[in-house]
Amino acid sequence: MTVLHADVAIIGAGLAGTSAALALRRAGVSTILIERGLCGARASGVNFGGVRRQGRNMEQLYLAQRAQGIWARLPELIGTDAEYVRTGHLKLARSQEDLDKLIAYRDKVRDFELGLEILDAADLRRRFPALAPGIVGGSLCPGDGQANPRLLSPAFAHAAQRAGARLLEHCAIAHVDTQAGDFLLTAVDNRRIRAGTVINAAGAWGAVVAGWFGDDLPLQIKYPTMLVTEPLTPQIDVSLGVEGGGFYARQVARGNIVMGGGYGHALPGDRSRPGPAALAELGRAAPAVLPALASASVIRCWSGIEGYFPDKNPVIGFSPHTPRLVHAFGFSGGGFQIAPAVGEVLAEMVQGENTLMMAERFSASRWSARPTQ
Amino acid sequence: MTASPKAEAAPPMVVVGAGPAGVRAAQTLLRHGVRPVIIDEAPLPGGQIYRQSPAPRGSARQRYGFEHKRAAAIHAAGARLREQADYRARTAVWNAAPGRLDLVRDGELDSLPYARLLIATGATDRVLPFPGWVLPGVFSLGGAQIALKGQHCLLGPRIVFAGTGPLLYLVAYQYARAGGQVQAVLDSAPLSRQAGALPALMNQPGMLAKGLYYLGWLRARGVPMHHSASLAAALGAARVEGVRARIGGAERTIACDALAVGHGLRSETQLADLLDCAFGFDAAQRAWLPQRDADGRSSVVGVYLAGDGAGIGGAIQAELSGERGALAMLADSGIDIDRARLRRLERRQAALSRFRQGLDRAFPLPSVDRDCDDSLIVCRCEEIRAGELRAAAAQYAIDDLNRLKALTRIGMGLCQGRMCQGGAAELLADCRGIPLSAIGRLRSQAPIKPMPLSTLGEARP
Amino acid sequence: MKPLLRRAAPLDAPALRLTWNGQPIAAQPGDTVLTALLLSGERLRTTLGTGAPRAGFCLMGACQDCWVQCADGRRLRACSTLAEEGMALVDSLPGECP
Repeated sequence: MTVLHADVAIIGAGLAGTSAALALRRAGVSTILIERGLCGARASGVNFGGVRRQGRNMEQLYLAQRAQGIWARLPELIGTDAEYVRTGHLKLARSQEDLDKLIAYRDKVRDFELGLEILDAADLRRRFPALAPGIVGGSLCPGDGQANPRLLSPAFAHAAQRAGARLLEHCAIAHVDTQAGDFLLTAVDNRRIRAGTVINAAGAWGAVVAGWFGDDLPLQIKYPTMLVTEPLTPQIDVSLGVEGGGFYARQVARGNIVMGGGYGHALPGDRSRPGPAALAELGRAAPAVLPALASASVIRCWSGIEGYFPDKNPVIGFSPHTPRLVHAFGFSGGGFQIAPAVGEVLAEMVQGENTLMMAERFSASRWSARPTQ
Repeated sequence: MTASPKAEAAPPMVVVGAGPAGVRAAQTLLRHGVRPVIIDEAPLPGGQIYRQSPAPRGSARQRYGFEHKRAAAIHAAGARLREQADYRARTAVWNAAPGRLDLVRDGELDSLPYARLLIATGATDRVLPFPGWVLPGVFSLGGAQIALKGQHCLLGPRIVFAGTGPLLYLVAYQYARAGGQVQAVLDSAPLSRQAGALPALMNQPGMLAKGLYYLGWLRARGVPMHHSASLAAALGAARVEGVRARIGGAERTIACDALAVGHGLRSETQLADLLDCAFGFDAAQRAWLPQRDADGRSSVVGVYLAGDGAGIGGAIQAELSGERGALAMLADSGIDIDRARLRRLERRQAALSRFRQGLDRAFPLPSVDRDCDDSLIVCRCEEIRAGELRAAAAQYAIDDLNRLKALTRIGMGLCQGRMCQGGAAELLADCRGIPLSAIGRLRSQAPIKPMPLSTLGEARP
Repeated sequence: MKPLLRRAAPLDAPALRLTWNGQPIAAQPGDTVLTALLLSGERLRTTLGTGAPRAGFCLMGACQDCWVQCADGRRLRACSTLAEEGMALVDSLPGECP
């Protein structure tokens, strides 16, 4: 069987992998995308769909602002806007203490020009009448928004293919070897891929893939619980979250309300189920924020599989031990909005640029014991 | 005094569904000294085929026709179950995990552990989209029958019956007898298919005779009946006013006030899917069904399947498979069962199977019209049209039904794919040139039926 | 306007009084909400998408076409809910009633 050869092989065709493939192709670098299942079918395809900068760790805001510019250009870049709308993101405060935290965050991230507006209870009543009375206030980021996650990865993948990337789906890697300094990846069906550089964009399975190369990274797997209601008349046109996390909701164009909060559990075969306690909590939390939801019918609930690092930041960086291996995973529940920028940065890193900035923030070595000076 | 800890700890055997399969299964368990829990969505036992009216009027013969004795027997058995077993009426299963069912009744949630579970969730009408099928006044054949036997009401007054399957003639007959003005019976099956099926149908001469009786009665009263006849469209603005039919190569318009349509039945398999039962594609029923062995064991230890919920076999087959499934539950628990009885059930089931094959031959399932207009509504719930499905299938090279769901939202409406999966699957297979068996199936997700958000929030911590 | 349903035989029984969009309609014990509404009308609801009229389809709780709204905001599946004295039903879109 012929060996497929490219400069870069990317393991995982979720958003990180597909956006990197497109960026690499735009720079003229030959690229093969390797996907165990179908592109964008995992967390990238079933997440909440919030395109959100507000609330991120400071370290991520460079990526978030860079991505914000890319989101605006999606139709030109990948041929679709994936239903992206800048609805605004409103983070609610359920107590004065929460509101103080929102104010502190606004002050802390002032330099990043997110345009955060602090709203009080009267503002909320006036601007968002569907919200329950009694919410103390909130922080609005008008430029944040939402999109349809199911559409985005396949669109990036197809754009990458049109730009000359090779996409291999239903291609699980069985083992990795080296051959004359290159990586040689062999799939379960004996397809073989040879590449000078490998990007590990395997999402929740990123630590498993890192383990193939001897890198041990402390990824924790969680199963966010989500549900969707039947379509409703327009209730709220901003995407909602709460200070402290645990509840997020948005109304899509068709009128359904998508919401999430809490975690479920794993099932055999790389699957997951929403947690009963998390569902019950959503059933209580949602009408407490949007009273009209009490009688709305839940059509289905689901769960995703996501990787989290202890500091809630991803690893985006070279392997400490294996040359020309780049890890890009563990987005800790916040991968969707920054993914287009992550792809560009990965392409730069592979070509020898932008390495220092990423090395500082998202190093794969940040949990190893630091040598004393 | 508290009960002994051992007795408290043992989870029960559970039967979901109190139609003919579930009732016979529960009855069999009771006969062997096991007190099952029975869970049923309706207020009274009987399933759909022997559905009981909340305020019965008229005679059982009027409501169930030739089946009235069977119906009465199931109702009586069901009544005994309500006294002797832990019978949970008006209760639905909304979610499940191995060893546990999540129930909802009157807006209250509860959790029920089980040691062994028999799923007898029955079936609904199999429907395919056609222009105008969402108009008020267009109902399924099963729906038309429920209006009559469950609510003592008639659709109409002028009504057209269309589709195929034995139910088509039965409901037309029931309506005509009850005073409905049956304008036409349009059977998509060719007459030659029905003639050719006669040898297999002779496996159950009594059932064949009843079918022929309905046909003869309708014919004798001058009800227009046509074979190889299909629905081109239901016509009307605020409600159905007529039907455009294709009969013998020509199109004809028939004025009416109601239309009842159905092409056989489709199994309700959501609970089996949530419990991870293995499914296989059944070519005869053109559907994915949970796999079971001859006794009714699913691929999951402790989960059994009986009745139309695991493949359409009819009401008598449902009774037999319910009993047989319960015998398997008992045998697998180390309880002695009557093997001779088991063999007798096997033989009767085999004869019924041959009859069922005859029915499948006599009433072949039609496909969706491959030349249907792009404007045809395929998803009733969210009004998604054939054109959107075709465009997405082409744009994204979609070969998998779940992928079509993700990219077009088909199957994401309130009915969770019950009404649209059949039509969507056929359209996808057709426009991609792949066999129906190769495009996969929609996976079920909780809740099994839509539930108010406030009810979800009622769960006990 | 011809109601979509009619009784197979007239019944002599005390009526239940309901309202539909504020107008009185009558039902009898044992009638479902769907039956009560279609005995006096041609629709149960209007779709959110295109504003099309709907009147149910399967009558057995599968198609979900027959969800109707009570004036107090509760929603119910008309084919599987018994009509009750004093029920006030409205043709409003999901999310509309407070």
